[in-house]
Amino acid sequence: MTLSSDSRFHRQLVVFNGLLPALLILLDAWRGKLGANPVEFITRATGVLTLVFLVITLMVTPLRKIYGWNWLLKQRRLLGLYAFFYGVAHLLTYLAYDRDWQLQTVIGDVYKRPFIAIGMFSFALMIPLAVTSTNAMIKKLGGQRWAQLHRLTYYITIGGVLHYYIIVKSDITYPLIFAIVVAVLLGYRVVTSLKKARGVAPRAS
Amino acid sequence: MSGSPNIPSSEITPEATFLNRRFFMKSAIWAGSTLATAGLYRTFAPRPEVQNTGATITSVSEPALSTSLAADEKINSFTEIAGYNNYYEFSTDKSEVAAKAKDFITDPWSVQVGGLVQKPRTFDLADLLKFESVERTYRFRCVEGWSMVIPWVGFPLSKLLSMVEPTSAATHVAFETYYDIKQMPDSGSAGIDLPYVEGLRLDEAMHPLTLLATGLYGKTLPNQNGAPIRLVVPWKYGFKSIKSVVKITLMDREPPTTWSLANPGEYGFYSNVNPNVDHPRWSQARERRIGEVGSRETLMFNGYAEQVAHLYAGMDLKEDF
Repeated sequence: MTLSSDSRFHRQLVVFNGLLPALLILLDAWRGKLGANPVEFITRATGVLTLVFLVITLMVTPLRKIYGWNWLLKQRRLLGLYAFFYGVAHLLTYLAYDRDWQLQTVIGDVYKRPFIAIGMFSFALMIPLAVTSTNAMIKKLGGQRWAQLHRLTYYITIGGVLHYYIIVKSDITYPLIFAIVVAVLLGYRVVTSLKKARGVAPRAS
Repeated sequence: MSGSPNIPSSEITPEATFLNRRFFMKSAIWAGSTLATAGLYRTFAPRPEVQNTGATITSVSEPALSTSLAADEKINSFTEIAGYNNYYEFSTDKSEVAAKAKDFITDPWSVQVGGLVQKPRTFDLADLLKFESVERTYRFRCVEGWSMVIPWVGFPLSKLLSMVEPTSAATHVAFETYYDIKQMPDSGSAGIDLPYVEGLRLDEAMHPLTLLATGLYGKTLPNQNGAPIRLVVPWKYGFKSIKSVVKITLMDREPPTTWSLANPGEYGFYSNVNPNVDHPRWSQARERRIGEVGSRETLMFNGYAEQVAHLYAGMDLKEDF
């Protein structure tokens, strides 16, 4: 067995490194080292981590096709679940500290602030994907339909980047980096599907 | 030899060595990935605490005023005040400004005061430090929704303006921050036009609450807080309180201001703290006091309505936000 086929090892790596930022945030919170505005820091950190895991999830297909790293596929659902995990943490931080658990005010906030609406919508789209991330659900839905459903990831990621871009006051460096990376990853899919379509199209004569 | 499946037994890796190598590779990957993840987190995580290295300001009078202007509210710690700053010339990351502004040169310094005045004058640092200082503890409310209570040291702007004698034509005051890309190499990604400019109406500028601050906590200002001299207008959002001032110009019209240039729909000329007028992207009804977990209500004119509300009598503050 080679390292690249040792999926138990891959799984352990992803589990640990995915959890590590959350552990470090908790450690810093416990040491009182989250800076002057811990709520702002946790909100931003969990939001950025959600985007990071979404982007890594979207990297799996290009990396497989270009470098043949097929072993990544087995870890993709876990990476997606980490995006969901940090998304939940992000939402809970907002509900607890921005809304003070006054849940009835959330509706007004969604209505008033477009970036909240976009964030909420993207999060809502993640729920069916998290729910259908088990082997049993793949079997139940059938591989093709399952894959189709999970293409929602594209829209979730675009929504996430937009959500980030809108809230930034003036320095758009980070949202722009995310936007470029996502554009490349989605552009890759557009190009390959166009090539494919051209390849199988019947020849006109 | 070629094509032969018989590999000499000397070239077959013994199982123990193979497993050792595997163990080594795995350990390296574990260590590498852990360091990479933790390192990435660290680059975004807040910076360590800031030490107060300012010089003590000895010419302070009037310390009794301090308590009356922020009720009995708890004053924020030096670390909070000097470790969490919006100073886009240095960094847009509030916890990074202190480190980035560490070597900013604030001495020698001069403030050029001119425009519609009888006696234009350039004040150097020594002139500015000669003004009799007062200690004023004010609430400070950022447009982003957080607030602090800060023990400033400084003198009323009106004192300086009186010295240059504004002409009868003067109605507004324009301010400008020092700008030098060599000292502020990250300013290119600030996303706002620089130098930073701000403005007040003359009556706002002459109001006794409006300070030119030269220090906080009894010592000279840390660079990240706008050393060596900055404006403090406690009833307006923090961005009106322009830092590291080099130019003050009396004018007969409303001067341009950086944030309303950057986004006129979101930031007005007045920018008075007002819980009833929301920022287009977030509510201004409440604020998070740094050091507190929950949020608290934002007060009209940041709690200074009694002193300043008359300046805006008859104005629609939803229009003139």
